[in-house]
Amino acid sequence: MKFTRTNRRSPSLSKNNILLRAEGLIKQFPGVLALAGVDLTVLSGEVHALCGENGAGKSTLLKILAGCHPHGSYGGELTRDGKSLAMNSPADADAAGIALVAQELALVAELSIFENIFLGRELSRFGLLRKPEMRKRCAEALRRVGLDENPDTVVGALSVGRQQLVEIAKALDKNARILILDEPTAALTAADADRLNALVRSLSEQGVGCLYVSHRMDEVFAVSDRITVLRDGKSVGSGPISNWTKASVVAAMVGRELEADAAVAPPRVKNTSAPSLELENWSMVHPSLPNRYALEEINFALHPGEILGVAGLMGSGRTALLTSLFGAGRSKLSGRLRLRGNDWRAPFADPRAAMREGLALVSEDRKGQGLVLSASLNENIALATLDKYQRRGLLDWNALRRNAAAIAQSLQVRAAHLDVAAGSLSGGNQQKIVLAKWLETKPTILLLDEPTRGIDVGAKAEIHALIRKFAEAGMSVLVASSDLPELLGLSHRIMVMAGGRQRVILDREHFSQEAVMHAATAT
Amino acid sequence: MKKISWQTLGMLGALALVWIAFAIFTDGVFLTPRNLALLSRQMAVTAMATTGVVLVIVSGQIDLSVGSVAGLCGAAAAMGCTRLGLGVAPAILLAVLLGAAVGLSQGVMVARFGVPPFIVTLGGMLIFQGILLGMTKGVSIVPPDGFLRIGQEFLSKPATWGIGIVGCAFSLWRARRKDGRWLWVAAAAGSIGISILFNAYQGLPLPVLLMLLLATAFWILAEHTAFGRQLYAIGGNRDAAFYAGVPIARRLIAVFTIMGCVSALAGIVLTARVGAASSDAGKMLELDAIAAAVIGGTSLLGGRGRVWGAILGATVMASLDNGMSLLNTEAYWQPIIKGAILVAAVTADLRWRIRK
Repeated sequence: MKFTRTNRRSPSLSKNNILLRAEGLIKQFPGVLALAGVDLTVLSGEVHALCGENGAGKSTLLKILAGCHPHGSYGGELTRDGKSLAMNSPADADAAGIALVAQELALVAELSIFENIFLGRELSRFGLLRKPEMRKRCAEALRRVGLDENPDTVVGALSVGRQQLVEIAKALDKNARILILDEPTAALTAADADRLNALVRSLSEQGVGCLYVSHRMDEVFAVSDRITVLRDGKSVGSGPISNWTKASVVAAMVGRELEADAAVAPPRVKNTSAPSLELENWSMVHPSLPNRYALEEINFALHPGEILGVAGLMGSGRTALLTSLFGAGRSKLSGRLRLRGNDWRAPFADPRAAMREGLALVSEDRKGQGLVLSASLNENIALATLDKYQRRGLLDWNALRRNAAAIAQSLQVRAAHLDVAAGSLSGGNQQKIVLAKWLETKPTILLLDEPTRGIDVGAKAEIHALIRKFAEAGMSVLVASSDLPELLGLSHRIMVMAGGRQRVILDREHFSQEAVMHAATAT
Repeated sequence: MKKISWQTLGMLGALALVWIAFAIFTDGVFLTPRNLALLSRQMAVTAMATTGVVLVIVSGQIDLSVGSVAGLCGAAAAMGCTRLGLGVAPAILLAVLLGAAVGLSQGVMVARFGVPPFIVTLGGMLIFQGILLGMTKGVSIVPPDGFLRIGQEFLSKPATWGIGIVGCAFSLWRARRKDGRWLWVAAAAGSIGISILFNAYQGLPLPVLLMLLLATAFWILAEHTAFGRQLYAIGGNRDAAFYAGVPIARRLIAVFTIMGCVSALAGIVLTARVGAASSDAGKMLELDAIAAAVIGGTSLLGGRGRVWGAILGATVMASLDNGMSLLNTEAYWQPIIKGAILVAAVTADLRWRIRK
C-alpha cells in the first residue's frame, strides 16, 4: 500500500464536534437478531473505521444510518448534532446530510455523470431541466473529488473506481456532512484504492465525518482516526487508532467461543488412496473486470473422506472457486484438474460434464440456483436425475415418488407431503431438498457453498451431521462458508482465500479463528 | 395425496356459467348437438395451436409467429397439391417439415444467439406473412377434395363410439389410483357424454379428433417425459435447471421446433376447414392461442401451465365467440368481451394466489 498517513491531529471526542451518535441500536429480523446493541459516534473531521466479520451487523447498521430501515422498525436512538433524528426513508437521510456510498453502486449506467448526480432531484424551471446549471455544479463536484471527466460522459463508460468517485461527488453535491463508505476499495485496483483513500482523508480535513467499512487491515490503519468493532450485532470496542493493533482488532472481531455442536472432531481421513480431486494453477479472469483475476493460481488436493473448508471474506473467491470447478464459472478459466489419479484434464465446460464425473454443487443461492420454487418437492429432488426414471420414453412417476420419499425421509425433510411446491418450505428444509437432489446423482465430490446460511440452529446441526456422514462414507467434501465456527468444527483442513488467491491451508492442529482471520485480512 | 385443483374447478365452473347463460339467452339453441359440434370444430385450430404454445410459455419463452407460420404452412400444403401435384399425405409432410425448419431456425436464434424470443418471433411473424403474400400473390388457393376432408369430414358414429370408449376405459384405468381420482372419473363420464353428443349430430368432426390426439400427445409429453419436466424447470428457474445439468439450449431449440410443427398442423386443418389457403390465413391465431393458454392457467412467467387447462381456455374463448354470434351481437363486441375476460381471468387467478 503506497498511501500513507500525513501527520496531523486527529479530532478528539468532545461535545461540540459530534456529528452523529447512535445509542443502543437493536434490529430484529424474523428469526435473527441482527443488531443487539450498537453504540457509535461519528465526529466532525474524522475517518471512523467500522470492522466486523460477515454477519456481524455492519450492513444492517449502515442501512439504519442511511434511512433504509424506517424509524420505529429498530430500537435505540440516533442523534444528529445533538438533536434526536427520526428517519423514514433515504430522502430523510439526505436531508440530515448523511450519504451512503454502497458496495453495489447505485448508478444508472446508461445516464451521463451529471444526470446521475442529480437523479431524483433534477434542477428545473417551468418544468424544463436546467442542464447548464446542473453541468456546472456537477463539474464543481467532480473537481472536488479529483475526477477529470466531462459531466456528459455516460457512467457505464467509466471504470469502477471512477464510478465510485462519481458516487462521492454526488454525496458532496448534496452537502453531505457524514459520508458512509461500504467497502469502497473492494473492487478497485491498488492505484485507484490509494487515490480514493487520499480523497477520504482530504474530505475529513474539510470537516466531513467519514464512516469507513473495510476488511483490509492495512487500509484501516492507514486511513482512519478511530475504529469501532462489531461482533454478533454488538459494538464490542471503540477507540482512537492509537489504542488498537491489527492483532487486537482481529481478536475483537472473532472473540467468541466455539459452538458446542461444531466442536465435534471429524473422523480421520485415510490418505492411502489417490486424491479424488487435484487442482493445478486454477485461475479465472474476473467476470466484470477483465484485467483482474477472480481466482489466481489455486492448487490443492482433496482426498476421499476429507472435508476441506474454504474460508475467506466476501469477494475473496470462495464462490467463484466452487462454481468454476463445477463448470459454471462465469468467465475464462485456466489451469488443470485431475480426478481420482486419472489424467490431468481441462476444466469442465458445463455442469453436465461435471456431474458425469461425480461432482455435485449445492450453491449458496438456494432460491436462485438451487430450487424451482414453483415445482413440487418430488420434481426438485429428481431434477438432476430425471433421465434415470425414463421407461420407454415415459417418466415412471411411481419410481420417482418412491425414491424421493426415501431420500426425503433419510434427510428428515419436514413437509406435509412431497407434492407441495418447494417455495412453501422453511429454509432448512429447502436446503435438505437441494441436498437430496444432489445425493440422488450419487456424487463422489460434494461442493457445498454456504450450506447453512439462513438456517435455524437445529436444522444447521442436522446438516452438519449429514456432511460428516457423507465424508465417513468416503465422499470428498469442499465446504465454503463465511461461518468460521462451522468451518473450524467440520473441516479436516481449511484453505483461507483473499483477493482470489489461496493464502494458506491450515491443518487441524493449527486451527484458530485468529489464524484464519489474519490470513483472510492480509493484503 | 394431491389436493383437488381449485383452479381447474374454477375454470370448469366458469365454463358452465357461460354455457348456461348462453343457453338461456338463445332459448337453448346454444346447447343443441349441432351447435356444439360446430363450436368444437371452430375451436379446433386454436386449440391445436395452444397445445404447443403451452410448452413454449411454460419454458419461459413466447412465440408470436404461430399464426403466420400456420398460414404459410397451410398454403404450402395446398400448393404442394395444386402446383407440385403431390398427394395429400406428401403435401402434409412437406408442410410439417417446413414448419419444423422454421421453428428450428427460430429456436437456434433464441437459444444459441441469445436473441429475445419476442424479437425473433415478431420478426418471424412479419417475414412469414410477407413470404405467404408473395407465394399466394393474394389469390386464394383451393386444394383438392381429399385435402379438404381433413377439415370437414365427420367420423362415422361407430368410430365416434370407439373413441369415446377408449377414452372412458383409459380414464377409468387412471382413476384406480387415489390422487386426482375425481378428475379421471369426470373425464370418463365426459368421454361417453361427448360421444353421445357428437353422435346426436353427425359424429366426431375430424379436426376435433386431431385436436384431441394432439392434446393427449402433448399432455404426455409435458407431464410424463423427462423432456417435459425439464421445460417446466427451465421456465421455473433457469439457473437451477442449468446447475442441475439440463441442456437448456437444446431443450429450447426442440420446443421451438415442436411449436413450428404444431403451427403447421394447425395451418393445414385451418386451410382444409375454410376450404382455401389465403394470404391472411392464421392472422391473430397466436394471440388467441396465447390467450387460451393464459385463461387456462398458464403463467407467462414460465414454469406453470397445463395442456388440458389450455384446451379448456380455448373452449371458453370459442364459446364466447359462438354464443355472441348466435345472439347476433354486433361483431365489435367479440374482441372487447374476450379481452375483458382475459384480463379478468388472470387478475382473479393472481388475487386468489396472493390470498393463499
